Amino acid sequence: SSMVFKRGSVGAKGPRAYPPHQLHHQMPVLLIQDKRRRGQLAALSIAAVVIIVGVPLWWRTTETYRAWLPVSQIKDLAKLQLHLSADVEVVFARGTVTPEQQKKVPLTQTQDEEHTVDGDLLMQFMILRYETKYRTATIMEEDALKKPTAADLSLHMLSESPCGSLVVYVIPESSSLLPEDVNVYIGQRRTALVRISAQMRVGKTLEQLLAQLEPQIKQVLQVMSFSHTDITVALSDRVRFRPGNKESIADSMRAFKSSPGYEITFSLLNPDPKSHQLHWDIEGAVQTYIQPLLTKLSPLANFSMDSQTLYYTMLGVTPRFDSSFEAYTLNADSLAHVINPVEARLGSNAASSNPVLNFLLYVPDIRHSPLYIHDHRKQEVPSNAFHSPRWGGIMVYNVNGFYGSETEFPVHVNINMAKVMGVFLAQLRLLLGVQSLSPPPGFLVAPCGSTGLADWELDRLMWSRSVENIATATTTITSLAQLLDQIGNIVINDNIAQQVSSAVTSLQLAMAELEVGNLGFALQYSKEAILASEKAFFDPSLLHLLYFPDDQKFAIYIPLFLPMCVPILLSMLKIVSEARQRRREKQAKKE
Amino acid sequence: IVVMLASPAVMLALLMLNILIIIHLLSVISQNSAGQFFSSGHTNNWAVLVCTSRFWFNYRHVANTLSVYRSVKRLGIPDSHIVLMLADDMACNHRNPKPATVFSHKNMELNVYGDDVEVDYRGYEVTVENFLRVLTGRLPPSTPRSKRLLSDDRSNILIYLTGHGGNGFLKFQDSEEISNVELADAFEQMWQKRRYNELLFIIDTCQGASMYERFYSPNIMALASSQVGEDSLSHQPDLAIGVHLMDRYTFYMLEFLEDIHPASKTNMNDLFKVCPKSQCVSTPGHRTDLFLRDPGSVLITDFFGSVRKVELTMDAINLTDPIKQMEEDPVNGEEQKEVYSYADQLPVSEIIHQKPKQKDWHPPDGFILGLWTLILLVFFKTYGIKHLKHIF
Repeated sequence: SSMVFKRGSVGAKGPRAYPPHQLHHQMPVLLIQDKRRRGQLAALSIAAVVIIVGVPLWWRTTETYRAWLPVSQIKDLAKLQLHLSADVEVVFARGTVTPEQQKKVPLTQTQDEEHTVDGDLLMQFMILRYETKYRTATIMEEDALKKPTAADLSLHMLSESPCGSLVVYVIPESSSLLPEDVNVYIGQRRTALVRISAQMRVGKTLEQLLAQLEPQIKQVLQVMSFSHTDITVALSDRVRFRPGNKESIADSMRAFKSSPGYEITFSLLNPDPKSHQLHWDIEGAVQTYIQPLLTKLSPLANFSMDSQTLYYTMLGVTPRFDSSFEAYTLNADSLAHVINPVEARLGSNAASSNPVLNFLLYVPDIRHSPLYIHDHRKQEVPSNAFHSPRWGGIMVYNVNGFYGSETEFPVHVNINMAKVMGVFLAQLRLLLGVQSLSPPPGFLVAPCGSTGLADWELDRLMWSRSVENIATATTTITSLAQLLDQIGNIVINDNIAQQVSSAVTSLQLAMAELEVGNLGFALQYSKEAILASEKAFFDPSLLHLLYFPDDQKFAIYIPLFLPMCVPILLSMLKIVSEARQRRREKQAKKE
Repeated sequence: IVVMLASPAVMLALLMLNILIIIHLLSVISQNSAGQFFSSGHTNNWAVLVCTSRFWFNYRHVANTLSVYRSVKRLGIPDSHIVLMLADDMACNHRNPKPATVFSHKNMELNVYGDDVEVDYRGYEVTVENFLRVLTGRLPPSTPRSKRLLSDDRSNILIYLTGHGGNGFLKFQDSEEISNVELADAFEQMWQKRRYNELLFIIDTCQGASMYERFYSPNIMALASSQVGEDSLSHQPDLAIGVHLMDRYTFYMLEFLEDIHPASKTNMNDLFKVCPKSQCVSTPGHRTDLFLRDPGSVLITDFFGSVRKVELTMDAINLTDPIKQMEEDPVNGEEQKEVYSYADQLPVSEIIHQKPKQKDWHPPDGFILGLWTLILLVFFKTYGIKHLKHIF
C-alpha cells in the first residue's frame, strides 16, 4: 500500500533528505516496539492456526475411510481347530448278546481322536469324535432283519436317521442275511450290518465284547463316515504336499472345488450327419436319470443343465485300425489330445462364472466305425469312455450295429440313453468328489440306487464339503484382513465390513454345528460363510491402485507446503533470536 | 545249442535279463498312472497376453502379442481360457497398407492375425486398473465370462507383457504406468486366493528384468528380454508396411515355439537359451528361485499348451428304469406361459422428470478459489485496506 506523505514533505524540490539515524529518533520508541510486537503476534497466530487447525484438517481430509473389521475374531478363526462329531448307534439283534450282557445295555460311549495336520501356517488340530450308543433291537427291527432281501430298506422305513449319523446292526453268526465270506454289509441308506463271530460273545463281559467289536465298527466308520485322511484331503489347500498319499491327492485333483453352483452341459457330437441321423431323448433322460441325483445333491450346490448337438466336429486324433480287433482304436496316450480341439467348439453360458462340467457323446463317422478305447494293456475299456479331471467326460457310442452293407444312408439311430446316462452318471459322481473306495476285505457294499448316490456317500460329501468350505472361507478372511492391514491406502467400505462380519459369524456357527454333529446346518452355514467371504474378498472397490513410493509423496507435498512454511519458520526463528538477544542485553545491563 | 541252453550261467543271465525287463515295465506302468498327475500338478491352462502400447509405430508390440497368442492356441489352449488385451488395433488401422493383417515376418510371410482372433480387452479398455482387476478377480459382477480369469488352484497361467518399459515400471497406453511393486502385490493376492498352481511370467520391454525383481510369491518363474539398464531392440522393419514388425526376443521365441507340438517334451532350460546376446543384443534374463520344481523338469507345454490329464472310466452305473415320458397337460388348452417383455432400456420419461440428485457439498474448487483471491487482491491494491471498513 502506498505511504501517505504529509503535505509539504514532498514538494517541487523533492523530499528533504534527513539522515537515517535522525529519522529514527524522530519516531517514538513505543511505535517501534508496537510494530515489532504486532509482527510477532501475527507470526505466532499464523503458526498457531496452521498447527491447530491446518494440520488436523489436512490429516482428516486425506485419510482413507476404513470401516472397522473384527480382527481379533479373525485371528482366532485362523487357528482352525476343527471338532467333528458323528452319532453312531449300534443295535444288537437277538442272539448276539447274552442276557447278562444285555442288562448293561443301553450304554453310551464317546471316543475322541486327536489328529494334527501339518499346515502352511501352523499345526492345526482336529478332534474327531464318535458318540456311540449301544442298544438292543426292537421287535419291529427284529422282524425286518428276518427278511432275506431288502432288510436294508425295511430297516430304513422304521426310522430315518438324520444326515451325518449311522446305525450299525450286529447280527448273529447264524443269520442268513449275508453270504458266507462277507462279514459286513453296507447298505444304500445309513445302515450297516455286521456279523458277529461265535467266539466273540461266549463267556465275556459286555466291555470285552465291545472291545472285540471295535475294530470292525471302526472300519465301518472309516468307510461310511469321515476319517482322518478324508478331512486332510478336504484341507488340501492348507496342507503341505505329502508324497505319501498320492491317491488321495489324485482324488482331490480330479474333483471340482466347492462352488455354489455348477453348470452341466451334455453335447452330442455327430461328425458325419450324412450317414447317421441321431436322435437322443435328452430331456427325458436327464429328467429320469440325472435329476434325482442333482435333487439329492441340492444342499451342496445349485445345478443348471443344458444340452446341445454339434455337427461336423471331429476328434483331434486320427484313430488307427487294429486288425486283431477288426476295429479302430484310440489308445490311452492319445486321449489327452482329443479334448482340446473339441473344447474350442463347445459353448458355455456367458452369464455365470460357475465351473462347467462337459459330457460329450461322440458317435464316430462311418469311416472310423466301430471305435474302441484301449487302455495301457491294449484291453478294451468296457464303458468306452474316459474323463478328464475338473473338466468332464467323453463317451464313444458305436452305431455300426444299426446297419448292414445295403442300408440307405442316412440311418436313423435312436440312442440308448440308459446306457449312456449310466456312464455319465458314474463320471459325474467322480467329478463331484464321491470317492470310489475299494472296501476292506470281507465287506460288501450295496450298489447305489437309481439316484446314483447312497445316503452315506452323500454324508461323506457333506462332511468334506463343510470342512473345505470352512477352511477356504477362513483362509480368505484371514488373507483379506492381512492384506488390508498391510496396504494402508485401501478404502474399506461399510458393505465390505458387513460382509466380513457376517462371514465371521457364519464360520463360528458352522464350526459350532460341526462340533455338535448337525451336518445339515453346518453345511448351510459354511456355504453362507463362503459366499460372504468371497463377496468381501472380490469386491471391486478393493483394488489397490494407490501405491506411492516415498520420494513421490515428498515431491507432491513440498511445492504445496514449503512456500507456506518457510516464512513462518523464519519469523519464528527471528522471534526466538530477538528474544535471546534481549535477554542477553538485559543480562548485560544488570551487570 | 542244447548244451548252451543248459549251461547255468547262461540261464542265470537270461533270468536276470527277464527280471530287469519286468521291473522296467512295471515302473513304466506305475509311472504312467501316477506320474501323469504328479509331474506338474495342474489340470488346466490359462494365458493372459497383454500389449500395452498404442499408435501405429508400436505395431511390433501388437505383433508380438498376437504371435504368442497364435502359438498358444495352436498348442491347445482354447479361446475361453485366453484373456487377450490389445491396446490398439493395427489390423484395421488406417495406416495399414494391408488391412486385416498383422505380419510378424518381413515380406509378409506370416499373418498372425488370422481369421479367429478373439480380443477380450481392446483399445482404451487396456488400462492398469483392468489388468489388475483381471489378475486379482475383482471385476464388477456384470463382466462376461470371456473377460474373466476363472483360474483355480490347479491352473497354470502364462502371463505375457510387452510394450515400453523402464526401470521398475511398464507404460500403459502412453498415459499411465504399472510398477513392479504393484505387480508383485497382485501376484501375492492371486497366491493368497490360490488362483494359480504355477505362473510363467514373460516380459519383452526395455529393462524388463526390473519388473520381476520384486516378486515374492511362490511358484513363479519369470523371463525377461533385457536386463536393467539395457534396451530391448526390435527385429526388422518391413519396407512395404513401414514399421518394425517384431521385437527380437519374441521373434526368436516364436521361432522356437514353432518347433513345439502338443506332444513334445522340450523343457524350460531350452526356453532360457532362446535369443542369446549375439542375436538379441540385449541379455535375456530369467528368475527361477521362487519356483518349486526344477526348470529342467518343466515342459514347455505345461504353460504354452494344454495337455489334459485323462482317466479311463472303469465303472458304469446300471440304470434300469425306463425313461419317464414328459407329461403334457391335456386339460389346459390355452398356453399358460408367462409373457416376457424387455425391460425398458432407457426410461426417458423418468429421466426428463427427474429431480436433480442431492449431491454432497464439496468445498469450492481450486480454480474458483484462485479467481476470488485474484479479485480480492486487485480490489485491495486499488482501494487500500483502509476502505475495508466502509464496505463491510
